[in-house]
Amino acid sequence: MSQGIFPRVLLFVAVFGFAAPQAGSAQTQQQVDSLRAEMRALQARMDSASQQASAAPATRASGQYMNIGFTSLADFGWSSERDVRSLQVGDHDPRVRGFTIPNAEIALDGAVDPFFKGFANIVYKLDENGETGVELEEVFFVTTSLPKNFQLKAGQIFAEFGRQNTLHPHAWSYVDQPLVLNRMFGAEGFRSQGARLSWLLPTPWYAEAMVSVMNSTGETTSSFRSEESSEIHGGALTEALVDGVDDLLFVPRLTASFDPTETQTVLIGASAAFGPNNSGADASTSIYGADLYWKWKSETAQAGFPFVSLQTEVMVRSYDAAARASAGDPSVMLAAETLKDRGFYSQVLWGIRPRIVAGLRGEMVGGDDVSFDVERIDRTRISPNLTIYPTEFSKFRVQYNYDHRGGIGNDHSLWLQFEFLLGAHASHKF
Amino acid sequence: MTSITVLNFAAAVLVTFGPTPPAKKLAVVATTPDLAALAIAIGGTAVDVKILAKPTEDPHFVDAKPSHIVTLNRADVLIEGGAELEMGWLPPLLESARNDKIAAGGRGRIVASQGIKMLEVPTSFDRSKGDVHSHGNPHFMMDPQNAKIVAGKIAERFTQLDPASAAIFKANRDTFYATLDAKLVEWQRTLAPYKGAKIVTYHKDFVYLAQRFNIEVVETLEPKPGIAPSAAHVARVIGAMKAGNAHVILVQPYQNRKTAETVARQVNGKVLDIPQQPGATKGVTTYFQLMDYLVNTLAAGLKETR
Repeated sequence: MSQGIFPRVLLFVAVFGFAAPQAGSAQTQQQVDSLRAEMRALQARMDSASQQASAAPATRASGQYMNIGFTSLADFGWSSERDVRSLQVGDHDPRVRGFTIPNAEIALDGAVDPFFKGFANIVYKLDENGETGVELEEVFFVTTSLPKNFQLKAGQIFAEFGRQNTLHPHAWSYVDQPLVLNRMFGAEGFRSQGARLSWLLPTPWYAEAMVSVMNSTGETTSSFRSEESSEIHGGALTEALVDGVDDLLFVPRLTASFDPTETQTVLIGASAAFGPNNSGADASTSIYGADLYWKWKSETAQAGFPFVSLQTEVMVRSYDAAARASAGDPSVMLAAETLKDRGFYSQVLWGIRPRIVAGLRGEMVGGDDVSFDVERIDRTRISPNLTIYPTEFSKFRVQYNYDHRGGIGNDHSLWLQFEFLLGAHASHKF
Repeated sequence: MTSITVLNFAAAVLVTFGPTPPAKKLAVVATTPDLAALAIAIGGTAVDVKILAKPTEDPHFVDAKPSHIVTLNRADVLIEGGAELEMGWLPPLLESARNDKIAAGGRGRIVASQGIKMLEVPTSFDRSKGDVHSHGNPHFMMDPQNAKIVAGKIAERFTQLDPASAAIFKANRDTFYATLDAKLVEWQRTLAPYKGAKIVTYHKDFVYLAQRFNIEVVETLEPKPGIAPSAAHVARVIGAMKAGNAHVILVQPYQNRKTAETVARQVNGKVLDIPQQPGATKGVTTYFQLMDYLVNTLAAGLKETR
């Protein structure tokens, strides 16, 4: 359109330009000047229009309303303990000597509408007999625009307790789950159906307060009303469903972060979990945890390397076991008692150069003596490992575990792990 | 007409001499320093600009630090490169930041790549070709004409969000345009003697520069985007440089300079340190200083190895 206007203006100006000197008046000269100015403005507009035309966005409508990702983990290795499951307690740990497919997950996420985001994670796994298991690991929505810096997440969710518990297996830095998480939260990690409210505090530094409220029943509420609780208290289970507020779990967490220097970041957190357990009526459990994460990353990092990070979590559990019939022999009554357990892990990762990470993890768990015999023995484990990432979509890992179990002895295991990722890039929180 | 002029004048007098309310500056966050430089050039005293990525680090892999969540939570404007450059770290930050203003499609969200004629847009998605961005090569700010488009877009959006400072934004934009037009002529003159010159880069991050200034990138040290150089590929690059008479290798602060040096020695060439971000080189803070440095360093390198 403007290309049509320009020649006409030019013609007009040319004709007028010839006529103007003949007229010779100052007024005419003024008009000529003003027309010239307009012409320049028009030329500028045309330039910008043609520039924008050549800069037409080369975007393609992908028609994609959802990110779809798939990750698969495969383990291979050998342990001096023939019953690998007694040593590797986590559900996504290597399960047998030889090959294990501990985790193949489909991750879906996207914007539901302008107010919510949705996320689902469906996990397939093969057990030690090669049987396929499926779990709806997580499925939740998150609000995007609640006022006053609040955010609500609800569905089947990992409890926000510490750092490691909320990580999906493909984001783990080691082949297996830390012992302290096995001890406090069971094989599957701590998750249930519920909601989490979070508030980003108006402080100059990062501080977030959150509380999760969840059902106390189900397989993945170890320490509370999970059906596997007899492993903790040694007694017969008391059946109970969610009836009132007393039957819910409450998981508060406070976390804060600051950057001591341009290249370092520290993140600290304190968490707790309170709720009923199924050793008897009115019996309850409290778990407390503290976590620390520190990371240094080079100012001239390529692909995020080199870096050094330290992550530590400490947890203590106080489990009020009611007077109960022994699970092994119902004629034996176990006295009411408080079972105390504690543990920690500390891991260092060193991103030596692009795509190579060396790690070392040390951990301990233990519990007080109690009136029954069950798997609450003291354990120590040391695990050096090395991970090579050909790209951010694949990895090879080799890990050695030195295990010491109180009263049983020492074991040695060597595990290899391979991972691949298809589809949407998994972006991780810090 | 006259009355409007008088009114304008009166308004100008009021603005200049009247009681000035404590102006609330627009809180602007730019993902990378080059975008921040444009925001500062356009916004001037009416904006407060913060940057997420460090000038010397790989912008594809920035840590999603919690402090960035706070910065984004309090932002009025977010300027991102787009084209998947920040895909690995910006989405989790934005989810935690819970700031509607800068959410996708929000009034405060500026995607710099929108409206840019992107190069190397793939026709199919296939990660066996390396980490190829589906919307095209995201290093478009290396073409000054693209910087001009982005500056225009920033000015337009700043004006919408803070109409009271419209005059500042317009004046700054006009100055930016005029300076850029003049500088571009100067840069083209500086590089004119090297028309058709062949260079090698570490990553595919100088394609827009090469196109604008008629320079040819014959090879990259990365065999595929995001894949580290292998011995076989390095040998191929050396061969290509010898055959094509290319002697200059461009690297950024975060890229592996050792590999570049090894290759340079083999071809009697030179490694040129050319950061694409203001702030990575001493004394380089504005976009013009960045391009001045880049063009002059490149010209000197090409001259020396001719």
